[in-house]
Amino acid sequence: MSSSELQSLYQEIILDHSRQPIGFGLVGNADGSSHQLNPTCGDEVTLEIAIDEHGLAHVHWEGHGCAISQASASLFSEMVGDGMSLDALDERIESFRTAMRSRGKIQPDEELLGDAAALGGVSRYIARVKCAMLAWVAAEDAIAQARA
Amino acid sequence: MRSLRQYSGAHRLEGTTESRTAITPATPTDHALTPSEVSAIRADFPSLQQEVNGHPLAYLDSGATSLKPRQVLDAEREFYERHNSAVHRGAHTLAALATEFFEDARATVARFIGAAEDEVVWTSNATEAINLVAYGISAASARGGADAVSLRAGDEIVVTEQEHHANLIPWQELASRTGATLRFIPVDDAGELMLDGLDETITERARVVAFTHVSNVLGSISPVDRIVARAREVGAITVLDACQSVPHMAVDVASLDVDFMAFSGHKMLAPTGIGVLYGRRELLNALPPFLTGGSMITTVTMERAEYLPAPQRFEAGTQRVSQAVALAAAIGYLEAIGMDRIAAHEAALGARLADGLAAIEGVRVLGPVAGAERVGLASVDVAGIHSHDVGQFLDDRGIAARVGHHCAQPLHRRLGVTSSTRASIYIYTTEEEVDRFIEAVADSRDFFGVRP
Ligand SMILES: Cc1ncc(COP(=O)(O)O)c(C=O)c1O
Repeated sequence: MSSSELQSLYQEIILDHSRQPIGFGLVGNADGSSHQLNPTCGDEVTLEIAIDEHGLAHVHWEGHGCAISQASASLFSEMVGDGMSLDALDERIESFRTAMRSRGKIQPDEELLGDAAALGGVSRYIARVKCAMLAWVAAEDAIAQARA
Repeated sequence: MRSLRQYSGAHRLEGTTESRTAITPATPTDHALTPSEVSAIRADFPSLQQEVNGHPLAYLDSGATSLKPRQVLDAEREFYERHNSAVHRGAHTLAALATEFFEDARATVARFIGAAEDEVVWTSNATEAINLVAYGISAASARGGADAVSLRAGDEIVVTEQEHHANLIPWQELASRTGATLRFIPVDDAGELMLDGLDETITERARVVAFTHVSNVLGSISPVDRIVARAREVGAITVLDACQSVPHMAVDVASLDVDFMAFSGHKMLAPTGIGVLYGRRELLNALPPFLTGGSMITTVTMERAEYLPAPQRFEAGTQRVSQAVALAAAIGYLEAIGMDRIAAHEAALGARLADGLAAIEGVRVLGPVAGAERVGLASVDVAGIHSHDVGQFLDDRGIAARVGHHCAQPLHRRLGVTSSTRASIYIYTTEEEVDRFIEAVADSRDFFGVRP
């Protein structure tokens, strides 16, 4: 009964991540930490970036809110995996943002973003782009702190 | 020249042939609207003639803002096409006409709520109306007056835990500017106002008691008489937020006996940009103006100015004339149906809505238990699904509902939820739309996989 657009917005992988998030739980002692809030719906994400001795970033987060915002934070963590350089993160955040702002015209680059590319359906729903971007904006802010 | 009276206070416009609703006046006044009456009403609303995401639009967000009927849009258009002019300024014919329409619209509002014309102040919306009172009190207090509208450190302002932010934050600000203390009437787990400790909450130190008539989250109706009686006992000014009552039921300020009352035109078929502050005459005239400038003065020198009496003292600057005229047309439209019949229609649909939602497993209806008195509005928390996701699912089926905290964060927090999904009903809402909402909320649990 639901449209294919809605199904592509809420792909199974997104619902799975929202229910069993990866990287959930803050550890403290981070090099950068950012709390982002979407005041219209109350979505919240706090995300920490810690840099190891090889210069690789590791991510932990906590939050609550809609499936899109929480899945997006989880997919971001999965993408970072066992560590990623700050420059590689910059590139991915920028690429993700471009896709999100494209109103459905640009598909996220799966090679670059991994499963987070499943969030591509969000970009047609202007009101939800902010939900998907929340963790990525938090990461951007935390990375800037880590660099400072 | 055409009769001016014909224009305001009635939705019938000269040159507009089909401007009446198909309501038969013979129907008993407390009788809910019949399906054929509702479909006649729906035909007046262009917005309802569209599909959204492949489904006929089910607009269940009238609590946020109502749809507008042709008659109201026509009244506003006709004003701009034929009578456009600034009011209370200039001596030309159109200026005089516009002024008369503007003041007739005020008379229509006054009659509609049982007030005198000089007790009706135009504002942009209810938020501005409440701020007008709060800032007026603030200004009076800053001058150290000892009158009815001045506050001092140690005085108390009382609100309730149900309030919309518009009837909370202006009072927080007023308290911080004057040194007064802000207190509130708490709610219980069901969101109902707890009046047991009313005498301890509204004490002899209370100077202002501001509260909502109908909760925009719960749909419950406040016991105005009890709160006003206590406020009177201690000599406090009462301010009623009537945003969710005036559009939906007969409201008479004289019998409510409140000192101030605020509501917004856009929630009652009128355009945005027009709201109303009712104020008791002597209090309005004791209140310093909120905005100052042109049109609200008698004599101005380079050093100072004398102000007109209410309502003009609060209407500085070029006024919202077309919106006022359109609001009068909206009232004409509502009155042609009958406020008691509107209330009966919405109470019946509201009960259907609340009962239907309460029957769904994993769905919690906030506010009065099913069967209790409520207006045509219900908010739900769907276990395991954020309201934004529920709203997205509803939208996919062409159902427009409100999600989030509905500008009432403290109430949501008290009820243990961060947000909810709200359906709100108006004159054009059908049983079928209510059923579509209930079914979609139930189906959202399947879609998001929260069903056991
Ligand atoms: C109970 C209540 N109070 C105040 C308001 C504020 O109305 P407005 O935004 O039109 O000023 C609203 C509507 O949003 C409301 O429902």
